[in-house]
Amino acid sequence: MHSVVCIKQVPDSAQIRVHPVTNTIMRQGVPAIINPYDLFALEEALRLKDRFGGTVTVITMGPPMAEVALRKCLSFGADDAILVSDRAFAGADTLATSYALAAAIGKIRENMPVDLIFTGKQTIDGDTAQVGPGIARRLDYQLLTYVSAIREIDHEKREILVERRAEGGVQVLKTKLPCLITMLEGTNEMRYGDMDDMFRAARHPLKQWDRLAAGIEDPNVVGLKGSPTVVGKVFAPKPRSQRAEIIETVDNDPKNLVVTLLAKVFTQHPKLEREIERLAK
Amino acid sequence: MNEPVKKPARKKVELDPRFVNYKHVWVFIEAERGVVHPVSWELLGEGRKLADALGVELAGVVMGPPGERTRQICGEAFHYGADLCYLAQDEVLRDYRNEPYTRALTELVDTYQPEIMLLGASTLGRDLAGSVATTLATGLVADCTELVIEADSRNLASTRPTFGGSLLCTIMTQRHRPQMATVRPRVMAMPDADTARSGRIVEHKLAIIESSIITKVLEFIPDAQQDKPQLAFADIIVSGGRGFKKQENFQLVWDLAKVLGAEVGASRPIVQAGWVELDRQVGQSGKTVRPKLYIAAGISGAIQHRVGMDGSDVIIAINNDPNAPIFDFAHYGIVGNAMQILPALTEAFRAQIALARRAG
Ligand SMILES: Cc1cc2nc3c(=O)[nH]c(=O)nc-3n(C[C@H](O)[C@H](O)[C@H](O)COP(=O)(O)OP(=O)(O)OC[C@H]3O[C@@H](n4cnc5c(N)ncnc54)[C@H](O)[C@@H]3O)c2cc1C
Ligand SMILES: Cc1cc2nc3c(=O)[nH]c(=O)nc-3n(C[C@H](O)[C@H](O)[C@H](O)COP(=O)(O)OP(=O)(O)OC[C@H]3O[C@@H](n4cnc5c(N)ncnc54)[C@H](O)[C@@H]3O)c2cc1C
Repeated sequence: MHSVVCIKQVPDSAQIRVHPVTNTIMRQGVPAIINPYDLFALEEALRLKDRFGGTVTVITMGPPMAEVALRKCLSFGADDAILVSDRAFAGADTLATSYALAAAIGKIRENMPVDLIFTGKQTIDGDTAQVGPGIARRLDYQLLTYVSAIREIDHEKREILVERRAEGGVQVLKTKLPCLITMLEGTNEMRYGDMDDMFRAARHPLKQWDRLAAGIEDPNVVGLKGSPTVVGKVFAPKPRSQRAEIIETVDNDPKNLVVTLLAKVFTQHPKLEREIERLAK
Repeated sequence: MNEPVKKPARKKVELDPRFVNYKHVWVFIEAERGVVHPVSWELLGEGRKLADALGVELAGVVMGPPGERTRQICGEAFHYGADLCYLAQDEVLRDYRNEPYTRALTELVDTYQPEIMLLGASTLGRDLAGSVATTLATGLVADCTELVIEADSRNLASTRPTFGGSLLCTIMTQRHRPQMATVRPRVMAMPDADTARSGRIVEHKLAIIESSIITKVLEFIPDAQQDKPQLAFADIIVSGGRGFKKQENFQLVWDLAKVLGAEVGASRPIVQAGWVELDRQVGQSGKTVRPKLYIAAGISGAIQHRVGMDGSDVIIAINNDPNAPIFDFAHYGIVGNAMQILPALTEAFRAQIALARRAG
């Protein structure tokens, strides 16, 4: 059983600040973390390894500093880690990102067949949820998005049975390996790595692949050049033209305030008054 | 690699000659087990504006199993603004599965060549859009909040939140077709249905055989209806934030909601504290809502909250800080202690409703 888990290093968005005057992102000092959704993917892969044995390889496309995220994954118990990094990858949209990752996974496959690819549901920075489907298409793997549970794997028949969160319910799906799973959040809880894994993670020789090592001949299919989308201006949301009408009374007593409020709201929005009466029935 | 890389304002970007004949605006009509996701009608409303701006036709794409119901959906799409529908009926399209839907939609695009294609950013729409865009090797902009046609280039300019919603950015697909975008449910307004409207149906026969589809649906377990909050389609929402300080105080929010027959919403810290379930979180990483009335008490109005409720018809804010950002975009405000204002408001609504009942 060989699983490849795709992880992305992202800025801890809870700590991103926007410069009040220039409206630019203030990245200085913002710590980088593993995209939180990807930990559910990694944990699920490690659980399959616990159940069936095998290998878990983590892969990321990113700048050299993404090494930290990969070592963290090793300390949780991943067996091998690959950093796909090249200046040519800069500015990639999801189409170019999935191209590079699919190519690199193709290389991994040359040494050891891949049964399952895992990704997170989405990232917290780009937040598109498009990279998983993109990789699956490019490698012609069956795509299972929003998987909430892996019920069974039949190695003889190379079949897998999963539960998938669909619109309005849960689909139980059976498909063939190899396939790509995007893991739903909250479906498992990340383990703590043990001491051995932590020491191993620190010493582990990390593989770093540039464009050619990842098997990509044509520089025009990755990075900015391989991206059909073009990001134009970045700007702050417009404030509404009018501020709220602040309700005041002479005494500002709560009772009088709310009566004044309702009178005003219902005069200006008579339909709303009828709506409230209808709903309250 | 995540940077929205600053590109020199490139002058004119030519459309790849392969795509010059791509015309018209498409909306993928998402139907599961015969039920259309309302986001599809919202998108037809938005697609109508784009088609009119370009002077082209608006088409709905309807896919599903053979039968009267699937065809009926085309009729509904006309009511919401479509000029025509592409209809693909096939047994392989009975349940949503990525592979047959991707194959079918890709085939339709290759055959009829739309310049713009919109899908809902639902679980189904995100799954399908990502696969189709990759197969077509075109651009796909996720979770857009605004779609406009750029006057001189006639390209689609898609605006979406970035970095947790604190900023917006505009993204374009200049050289490829179709230009694809997804939009979250409730971000666009629901158009009024005009039952007098009609249109034409273009039937498309697929040649996908079931035995060629690897993934099988063994079972569908519907969600229990009652126990899940339905915030996205609630007409009235009463939301509370950190201003309530203690979980006991949050009961005041429930009390008001009960009198109004409203849903209870909350800001993220309230959900994180476990006072209410995740399905009640309003905002960037929660639900987008568009009620007729949104009451926000003890909520500061951070941008990540705002993007989820900005489309509400009437917003009433209660906050003890006159400078709280929520007052910048609410319609009505009371500056005061939510712990006192909310019970008073509950009583006032109760009295109002009782009066209306008595009046008949
Ligand atoms: C503000 C902003 C807006 C953007 N909008 C768009 C847009 O609308 N359309 C578009 O095509 N691109 C867009 N991009 C570019 C896009 O974010 C990048 O291509 C990014 O590298 C991958 O997309 P994502 O972060 O959305 O990942 P998602 O598709 O949300 O990620 C899903 C999963 O794929 C895996 N994954 C994603 N990236 C990597 C990686 N580098 N290495 C390993 N695994 C990975 C992870 O498991 C992740 O959980 C945007 C970028 C920014 C900064
Ligand atoms: C990536 C990301 C995603 C996020 N997603 C979401 C999201 O989906 N939804 C969301 O809500 N947030 C989200 N947030 C968090 C958001 O940035 C804010 O932190 C959050 O909305 C603040 O919640 P609040 O208004 O309840 O709390 P606070 O900002 O602490 O505001 C409390 C308010 O209560 C007022 N107050 C205090 N006492 C009283 C009183 N007695 N009576 C009346 N008013 C009183 C205060 O004046 C203050 O304005 C996200 C953040 C990030 C970084």
